[in-house]
Amino acid sequence: MAELFWLIPIIPGASALLLLIFGRRFSRAWVALQASAAVLISLLLSTAAFLRLAQSGHGAPALAKELLAWISSGSFSTAISFRLDELSAVMALVVTGVGFLIHVYSAGYMAGDKGHPRYFAFLNLFTFFMLVLVMASDIVLMFVGWEGVGLCSYLLIGFWFDRPAASKAGLKAFIVTRVGDAGFIIGILFLLTTVGSADIAAINAAPGAGLLSPALVTLIAVLLFVGATGKSAQIPLYVWLPDAMEGPTPVSALIHAATMVTAGVYMVCRLSGLYAASVTASSVVAWVGAVTAVFAATLALVQNDIKRVLAYSTISQIGYMFIGCGVGAYAAGMFHLVTHAFFKSLLFLAAGSVIHALGGEQDMRRMGGLRKKLPVTFPVFLIGALAISGVPFLSGFFSKDAILTSAFAGRHYALYVLGLAGAVLTAFYMFRLIYRTFYGQERSSLAPGQHVHEPPRTMTIPLVILAAFSALAGFIGLPVFFGERANVFGRFLEGVLGRGPHGLAPSTETVLVLAATLSALLGIGLAFVFYRKSPQIPSSLARRFPGLYRLLLGKYHVDEAYEAVIVRPLVRGAEWTYQHFDLKVVDGVLNGSASAAGLAGKGLNVLQSGLLRDYALAFLLGAILFLGFLLI
Amino acid sequence: MIPPAAFFVLAAVLFVLGVIAFFVKKDLLTQFMAVEIMLNAGNLAVLALSKASGKADGQALVLFVITVAAAEAVIGLAIIVLVFRQRKSIRTDDLKDLKG
Repeated sequence: MAELFWLIPIIPGASALLLLIFGRRFSRAWVALQASAAVLISLLLSTAAFLRLAQSGHGAPALAKELLAWISSGSFSTAISFRLDELSAVMALVVTGVGFLIHVYSAGYMAGDKGHPRYFAFLNLFTFFMLVLVMASDIVLMFVGWEGVGLCSYLLIGFWFDRPAASKAGLKAFIVTRVGDAGFIIGILFLLTTVGSADIAAINAAPGAGLLSPALVTLIAVLLFVGATGKSAQIPLYVWLPDAMEGPTPVSALIHAATMVTAGVYMVCRLSGLYAASVTASSVVAWVGAVTAVFAATLALVQNDIKRVLAYSTISQIGYMFIGCGVGAYAAGMFHLVTHAFFKSLLFLAAGSVIHALGGEQDMRRMGGLRKKLPVTFPVFLIGALAISGVPFLSGFFSKDAILTSAFAGRHYALYVLGLAGAVLTAFYMFRLIYRTFYGQERSSLAPGQHVHEPPRTMTIPLVILAAFSALAGFIGLPVFFGERANVFGRFLEGVLGRGPHGLAPSTETVLVLAATLSALLGIGLAFVFYRKSPQIPSSLARRFPGLYRLLLGKYHVDEAYEAVIVRPLVRGAEWTYQHFDLKVVDGVLNGSASAAGLAGKGLNVLQSGLLRDYALAFLLGAILFLGFLLI
Repeated sequence: MIPPAAFFVLAAVLFVLGVIAFFVKKDLLTQFMAVEIMLNAGNLAVLALSKASGKADGQALVLFVITVAAAEAVIGLAIIVLVFRQRKSIRTDDLKDLKG
């Protein structure tokens, strides 16, 4: 089975093609079934390939397959070829595993939507592009997947395109990430001209082989990271992700929490040879991650839309992953990526279940008291919240701890403190969400005939499975604390990603674990005091610090600043160009050439007499001229 | 034995006669005959060349040309008949619908 690994992306791709062409003729049940089955087959193939890699141990060659030659130009050539090593196998498992559960969930969530076949076609297409990104063995093909997932993100955010907000959000996501992609493309071009090969293994080996000067390594790594800030919603290009919540909730879970937005982290890990060779680029990565982690967490504190809280939380958590990558602990970053994929997609899907139960309500001010009404959703949401907060022995605890410990071991104390502060904020806003949604009085505004109800089984079963993973996935990456060989995940990836900073004394590790635990509990405790025990505190705080509150509520006015500094001058410039260049020069040249052709036609019309004799005469003269030309 | 040059002269004379007839006459049928004369002048020249060079290729070629010309004459005459039925005239000066 493992030899068929190259079918992992192909199958969802083929299914997407079928659905795009024939989707409208298939029955609804068949569409959902086909889409889910395609991803399930990919999941099984990924598992087989993963097991093969796990059994063969370290030093075993990665699975590789060249499908066909693609570009061959001068000394440069690249092929469509897939490669599955430990890193991409882990990522492929996450994409297909979480993806499959979300496909199943979508079958229930989107059951009544009129765009049903289109939705599943796009979801399959997304899975295809994401797997291409993950399994590409050269950076050009990786870029194809990178852009493809961006396209699917755009299509699915704007899925309900008759809502102006949704189509606008889709456009915003597409354009903002495109800004980052410009950096990514320049980075790729630099790589192609200096390394001379698009192959990722060759790129990772290039700094060591002396093909790249240190300054060039830094430049390329930072340029590629600019692409990652766009795709993974980091400062300064994070603004699209909160708006992306206009899409259907399963899409938010799959694309904007579990997989696509973490593509930036995956890219940095994939090119870890490049990033490890540049201290400057690595600290850029780590600092952007750390600042984003805290910055986005503060924004999540005051949001009232349940999905937007989760969106800012995603931005913040991806910041953590980048801290891990930036301090050299790539495996820790990947570990957090995996656990985050579980608990954040769980949180999104559970939030979707809440929204579904309340008939489309997303505002937490009109929720509350749902604990008893949603007996499945509440416990799984609680597990997800505990996991993301970093409560001991749930998955988020281990992965966040791995990142923070690595930051500490690498002597990046400032990053460590920022990470710890972010952890407090994370626990606080998650439990603010829990208390406002599931506790207190019911504030729903459902019509009298409707009542709050749990969603169908196709939606609750994926929730329970994800909850199990969110709770238990942490045990694959136990800290050194539990023994030198306890970090199964880290050792599996060691061959690709290295080990990262390590070597702290056991006593120090204990203190760090305690600090992480305490910060999680502190955040939860604060939320309990603020939103359960004495609910008047938040509003009195808002009154006492009106400036700060408005700043947070206004999202630091970043959107407005971008609007004023970038968008409006661009629009005005485009308007001026349209008025003066397009209308006058471009249209003028076009209209001019058209009327010149018309005039010429009118002039030559005289020759067209319709008389046979005239034509014959012209013929004769032509023949004589030709003969004369031949003879002379 | 007639020298080959005589055939060439005859062919040239026939051709020029055809051209003149084509331009002088104004009805389609006569002009069509003029075209046929030009065609056969060409045939004659090919035959003369073939004889002069002592190879039979040209004669075979002319056989084909005559065959095709027969078919072409049928179609041409049929067109002229149809034009006459529609317009009650085959004067080329009357047939100038293609004037731009």
